[in-house]
Amino acid sequence: MSKLKTKESIIDSDIKRKYKLQAEGVKVFYDDFMAIKGIDMSIKANKVTAFIGPSGCGKSTFLRLFNRMNDYVDGFRMEGKITIDGGNIYKKKINVEQLRKQVGMVFQKPNPFPKSIFENVAYGLKIQGIKDKRFLQEKVEESLKQVALWDEVKDGLNKSALALSGGQQQRLCIARTLAVEPSVILMDEPTSALDPLSTAKIEELIYELKKEYTIVIVTHNMQQASRVSDYTAFFYMGELIEYDQTKKIFTNPEKQQTENYITGRFG
Amino acid sequence: MRRIKEMVIEKALLSSALITIAVTVGIILVLSIEAIAFFSEVSIIDFFTDTQWTPLFADKHFGILPLLSGTLLTSFIAIAFAVPVGLSISIYISEYAPKSFRRTVKPALELLAAVPTVVYGFFALTVVTPFLQSFIPGLSGFNALSAGLVMGIMIIPFISSLSEDALHAVPHSLREAAYGMGSTKLQNAFKVMVPAASSGIIVSIILAISRAIGETMIVAIAAGQQPRLTLDPTVPVETITAYIVQVSLGDVQHGSLEYRTIFAAGITLFVFTFLLNTISYRIRKRFQEKYE
Ligand SMILES: Nc1ncnc2c1ncn2[C@@H]1O[C@H](COP(=O)(O)OP(=O)(O)OP(=O)(O)O)[C@@H](O)[C@H]1O
Ligand SMILES: [Mg+2]
Repeated sequence: MSKLKTKESIIDSDIKRKYKLQAEGVKVFYDDFMAIKGIDMSIKANKVTAFIGPSGCGKSTFLRLFNRMNDYVDGFRMEGKITIDGGNIYKKKINVEQLRKQVGMVFQKPNPFPKSIFENVAYGLKIQGIKDKRFLQEKVEESLKQVALWDEVKDGLNKSALALSGGQQQRLCIARTLAVEPSVILMDEPTSALDPLSTAKIEELIYELKKEYTIVIVTHNMQQASRVSDYTAFFYMGELIEYDQTKKIFTNPEKQQTENYITGRFG
Repeated sequence: MRRIKEMVIEKALLSSALITIAVTVGIILVLSIEAIAFFSEVSIIDFFTDTQWTPLFADKHFGILPLLSGTLLTSFIAIAFAVPVGLSISIYISEYAPKSFRRTVKPALELLAAVPTVVYGFFALTVVTPFLQSFIPGLSGFNALSAGLVMGIMIIPFISSLSEDALHAVPHSLREAAYGMGSTKLQNAFKVMVPAASSGIIVSIILAISRAIGETMIVAIAAGQQPRLTLDPTVPVETITAYIVQVSLGDVQHGSLEYRTIFAAGITLFVFTFLLNTISYRIRKRFQEKYE
């Protein structure tokens, strides 16, 4: 009996190490409309996982379950279980603010605060009550260096973040997220509003970041998915159709639907 | 045909704009001419330094300060009451309340601004003053305090509604950014939303101040008609507007010096509200440049 238990817990912690995020029997409703129709999925730590699929298939809805950003949507309701490191994030007592510090998010349109560059990056630390100027300065510099923005902005940290270019703003938003040291970063089409050069910079950045973070990225750009991700999940009409190593998905998918979608032969 | 129609519409629009400008210029002109006539008889230095305002008595003094202090005192009380309440309401509606609440409560609040000010005046005089007297024993029947408080109630919707519009206009993406970073509702409201909407909020407050300074009926009814240079809110005072009403309704001779005092008082009031409007315009422009 006791032996069995230890065995179980070994398996458990093994899963925990391997899989950062897990969804079990997840359904999402917006009022009566079922947007996610029962998805089971396990996402590996320190890998980049791409969500692809046609518009309206539920990629954003599914992604935003992991930091509970759907909570504010009118009529939103969820069934099933989402865990991070094995812990259910939808149980009653969870501290949602704490969760979001652990699971950062980067949005489609760069959305810096109308504050200075410095204040943007320091925001997450400040709302945790950190006031130590020295520490804030070091953390801001470190985060801006991580996104390769430091050299471009170091002489104007007090300038408005809104004066930056779109690509710079998006890297600033990533830096802002990194500053609070999350373990997961969710990205919802982070480059769809950017020019090719800025896109390339962010892709490079994602490649660097996966050493330390678990990254999930929604993208409509097939090349991007194949360039940056280790795993790819293809969604269609609220269902997870296929989920495998990116190489496999793009060279030899199991399902006809997946192949149709990635080759652009979609009906 | 189409071009003629467009031209007619264009000219019609232009002429309504011109009429507005003409009316404004006309008002300023009348005010200025009468005020200049007034200042040819009364020294402008006395006007701004004399501490008594007694144009209707035998011993005439023409010091605007008592009226100015009455106006500023009642307005200050109104603003001190309305800003915290109005802002709290706007933040609650835009950041906390369910959407259905916004749809019903906002128009209801705006109704407060539609209540005739005469009603507010009597409310101050017959309800608020007796109520306040029950725990402020020395409170006069006419006083700046209850007039100011009731004026505050009247201008709450200016602040709450315009500030809420400003908060509501902040892009949803900023709210997502704030929550995505782990902000609580309170942090989202005060660290992100209010600063992002600050220009609109400040403008709403300035407009409310301007409204309070120009408000007439409430103060004429409830604050009294005794020009007095004081900051004591428990005694009767008279505001610039209340004085203008008093003289306009009285039987002073047209064209007399007493009659002209209302233009001198009026132009003082006008300069004040004009300055406030200019400041609010400047703020709006400055923030636009900063954030766009
Ligand atoms: N707030 C909402 N209220 C009601 N229905 C919604 C809401 N948000 C999304 N939906 C519906 O849920 C489904 C999934 O939407 P979602 O935004 O997750 O799709 P998506 O895959 O991210 O699409 P896109 O690629 O266009 O971003 C869609 O049919 C959409 O209409
Ligand atoms: Mg989406």
